[in-house]
Amino acid sequence: MQKILNIIRGLGNRTIEFLWRFGAMVRFSGLILLHSGMSFRRISLTIREIYFSGVMSLVIIMVSGLFVGMVLALQGYETLQNYGAQEQMGVLTALSLVRELGPVVSALLFASRAGSAITAGIGLMKATEQLKAMDMMAVDPIARVVAPRFWAGVFSMPLLAALFSFSGILGGYLVAVLLTGIDAGVFWGNMQAAVDVRYDIVNGVIKSIIFGIAISIIATYEGFDAEPTAEGVSAATTRTVVTAALSVLALDFMLTAFMLRTAP
Amino acid sequence: MERKTYDLWVGLFVIAGFLALLFLGFQVGGYSEERSTKTYNVEARFENIGGLKMKAPVKSAGVLVGRVNDIHFDNKKFQAVVTLALDTRYQFPKDTTASILTSGLLGEVFIGFDAGGDEKNLVQGDNIKLTQSAVVLERLISQFMFGKAAEGTDKK
Repeated sequence: MQKILNIIRGLGNRTIEFLWRFGAMVRFSGLILLHSGMSFRRISLTIREIYFSGVMSLVIIMVSGLFVGMVLALQGYETLQNYGAQEQMGVLTALSLVRELGPVVSALLFASRAGSAITAGIGLMKATEQLKAMDMMAVDPIARVVAPRFWAGVFSMPLLAALFSFSGILGGYLVAVLLTGIDAGVFWGNMQAAVDVRYDIVNGVIKSIIFGIAISIIATYEGFDAEPTAEGVSAATTRTVVTAALSVLALDFMLTAFMLRTAP
Repeated sequence: MERKTYDLWVGLFVIAGFLALLFLGFQVGGYSEERSTKTYNVEARFENIGGLKMKAPVKSAGVLVGRVNDIHFDNKKFQAVVTLALDTRYQFPKDTTASILTSGLLGEVFIGFDAGGDEKNLVQGDNIKLTQSAVVLERLISQFMFGKAAEGTDKK
């Protein structure tokens, strides 16, 4: 009897903890929005953060995009040639990259490359009491430290996703045209006929903006909330990557369900 | 690093990002001004539209001249009413025939226009009188099979 009660108590405790953290995160994002005036007035703060999260993620994003596109084209060729539909390889790579893989994989890479760095950075500032020092000097740490990182993430994410899709399609082109010998005109022509600017490309950009918002909030919150010790910071960094990856995938499912053209 | 270096790199990043977006829009999506051209609407009634969908192309002599704008069901005459948005650059005689066709056996369904000889042209809100419904493959096959079966009994 006591054991069962303990299990139920543990479940309740976890639920309350989860809801508490979620509520705190929502309040924290409200605070960021309220205090984001400085990140636009002193734009150099935000530009510095765009450099650290956006520009520094460029290499990993572009290289992974290239390989993902190349693998997609190779696998697609393997299956499509059974039906004599190799000409559709361009469509396959472009649609899967623009709709899903571009926003999602670049968001996962961004969460692990930039999100973890943001959490570790803010957590370390907290552990070394830099945030407290700022507070003492009447500098709001949310306005000075958190908001620029948040806006930098929101701004960088769609650009990174577009660059990922771009290099992926380039990789698909390399495999399709140079390796398997599909005509370049057919490759691009079929792609242009099948990809819709409004429904495929704009929706992909909307997705990546939403992922950027989610990752930035999670990364800054976990850093700000971290226990001010070395273990606390490392645990917070782990939590950032896990939570951000899970929420990106869950959000992707919900967004896709809304965006697909199922209704006539 | 100096502030100027950050500015330079972020500027390059932004330019690259927007170039990638433009590439996606034009080279991958094939964006063109076609959408923004003016159109006029005409209606056509069909007994059966088969697999016709919204935004399906309207083609004349194989060239895209418009798109299907709306499909609804007339509950009095039990017919499908299809509204077509035609490009104002192309004018068709009033006795044009609209038929529902399929490109290839499994390809997309589209509406084909065969121009007639009338001197007056179709204008906004007109009704296309001459229409040809979609060919339903199952009916075609069953007709053929029953025809064959009937032939068989006649011979005996």
